Amino acid sequence: MAKKIVRIDMSELVATYENVPEKWSRWAGRGLTSAIVVDEVDPTCHPLGPNNKIVIAPGWVTGSPAAPSSGRTSFGGKSPLTGTIKETNSGGLSGQKIAKLGIAAIIIEGMPKNDKWYSIFISKDGVEFEEVGGLVGKGMYEVDELMWEKYPNKPAVIGIGQAGEMKLSNAGISVNDPENEPGRYAGRGGLGAVMGVRGVKAIVIDDKGGPGVEIADKDLFTQGRKKLTAAITEHALTKKDGGLHAFGTNVLMNIINEAGGLPTRNFSAGQFEGAAKISGEAVAENINERGGVGTTDHPCHPGCIIKCSSIYPDEKGNPFVSVLEYETAWALGANCGIDDIEYVAKMTRECNDIGLDTIEAGNTIAVAMDGGYLEFGDKEGAFKTFDEIRKGTPLGRIFGQGVEATAKAFGVYRVPTVKGQSMPAYEPRAIKGIGVTYATSTMGADHTSGYTIAPEIAGVGGKVDPLSNADKAELSLTFQAATAFIDCTGYCLFIAFPILDIAEGWAGMAESVAGVTGMDVTGDDVIAMGKEVLKMERLFNEAAGFTPEDDRLPEFMRDEALPPHNVKWTMADEVLDKVYAWVHED
Amino acid sequence: MKVEIRVFATLRRYLPELGIGEARIMEIEPGTSMGDIQEAIGLPADEVKIIMCNNLNVEPDVIAQDGDRITYIPAVAGG
Ligand code: SF4
Repeated sequence: MAKKIVRIDMSELVATYENVPEKWSRWAGRGLTSAIVVDEVDPTCHPLGPNNKIVIAPGWVTGSPAAPSSGRTSFGGKSPLTGTIKETNSGGLSGQKIAKLGIAAIIIEGMPKNDKWYSIFISKDGVEFEEVGGLVGKGMYEVDELMWEKYPNKPAVIGIGQAGEMKLSNAGISVNDPENEPGRYAGRGGLGAVMGVRGVKAIVIDDKGGPGVEIADKDLFTQGRKKLTAAITEHALTKKDGGLHAFGTNVLMNIINEAGGLPTRNFSAGQFEGAAKISGEAVAENINERGGVGTTDHPCHPGCIIKCSSIYPDEKGNPFVSVLEYETAWALGANCGIDDIEYVAKMTRECNDIGLDTIEAGNTIAVAMDGGYLEFGDKEGAFKTFDEIRKGTPLGRIFGQGVEATAKAFGVYRVPTVKGQSMPAYEPRAIKGIGVTYATSTMGADHTSGYTIAPEIAGVGGKVDPLSNADKAELSLTFQAATAFIDCTGYCLFIAFPILDIAEGWAGMAESVAGVTGMDVTGDDVIAMGKEVLKMERLFNEAAGFTPEDDRLPEFMRDEALPPHNVKWTMADEVLDKVYAWVHED
Repeated sequence: MKVEIRVFATLRRYLPELGIGEARIMEIEPGTSMGDIQEAIGLPADEVKIIMCNNLNVEPDVIAQDGDRITYIPAVAGG
């Protein structure tokens, strides 16, 4: 059975199943969400207006049997935070279930005429709408619980917290994990607000009895997934007792600190004296001591074999929060001068409940601290800001708009954003390649869109000097293109680490895609196809009014030297302009 | 002369007496390399992916200087 597009019109509360048109048929995941947004969303539209849409798509191999770590779901639309196109993807239960229902993408458009709130239930029998006024004002922990009580078969729940209801620019979209925790987020760029505009509080997906994912060439698929699995289980980082299993992504806290690239106290230093206390090692110690449900070896969806996720328990061993990512612990910790992991965990839970991106939320508090609202390190004060957001007080709404709005409100010049989105946990003055990615990515400042940290810090995929400007434009573009491809596959981006070092794994990834889709794809096509996706996104942004002058890091990074290396951002503008010059040349 | 040694993540099991981020102060002879120190403290070569000295990546043959802050790092990445 050919895959379908499910188009949901919230103005009329109708859903239609459409064939996938030829022009979109090559794509899945990010490639498909971006292709649909490019075709159907006016680049100049207001992100919170009637002409924006939310597009949801699993990857090419998502939902296929035994493709390792492949449950990602892409969410696309025009971002209220950046004004650019946005693709943000998440783990959790949704991708596999959407794919197993034979759905290539869900497009949600229109807005209810009556200002009411709805849940959307999608199963093999079709789409049902239900008015859910009773869920309004509820956080995601309660929403997930209520949805599992109401619907059998432990469905996927995609939802928004109070932040999305209030259409705040830092509202993320939550996806539940196998324990029904709302900790997996398509967090960046405010797409939770775009879902809120459509009047959708939750989308519930039950794949029971669905047709499953068709595999075009079973032998090729099996060959590919086996090669990929072998690379993952062999590589020192992703193997059974490797760093990601044992410590999660927060294995990086001490390392980036050691490299002098850990943004601290609103990007005013590159090292934090309290890094060890909020590191992955500290989290793992607490998890192991507390026991109970705590684990460092948690898959965010069934079938992940890297298992970077974790369950952080309270002192009695009961579930408290999942997951304390590196980015999260850094944003709410080091960047706010906070070295108390319990407060970091409490604030992470608040973000997961209210429906906020943790990176933007932490940076927002840091900027407010820089503006004198709180002292750096004031953990109680930082924690209370979430109550303001939940209640929707005027101050809370400013914080919920993210870094740029908050910086304006508090008169702050040190504003660590590109295209309206704040930087994640790597200082671009100390790690130049990631700065090129922040500056030029089609998504605003985003590490996942071109993770040059791998060769610059971790010695994965080669070794290059993080402090040197040389060849960083090419490096960033290669990573951005490879990432755009991986974001189409449905594989977690963390498969990149083993396959950058193990060529068979790289080939296996492409073969598994070719096996499922029947397309003629090999490892040699990865960069070219990734660039096709980047080109679509770049042209959307240009049509939305973005120019090369938007591909710049903030001024303060050129003026202020960052300790301990005492380095400034010195990349020439011409180098940044080169990164996407090919879009109009090829 | 003296150097500070730190190990992180999966390498911590080789210096279990150190708390997270704590350093062992080690007396070394002039001319001792990063690789020599690594061997002396019992870190298997195939588990050390990166060596940092004073916040910079260095190769194992670099000679340690008095007061160096030296860190051994296994395979890490994330984001
Ligand atoms: S590696 Fe981590 S983020 Fe990626 S799919 Fe597995 S648990 Fe989820």
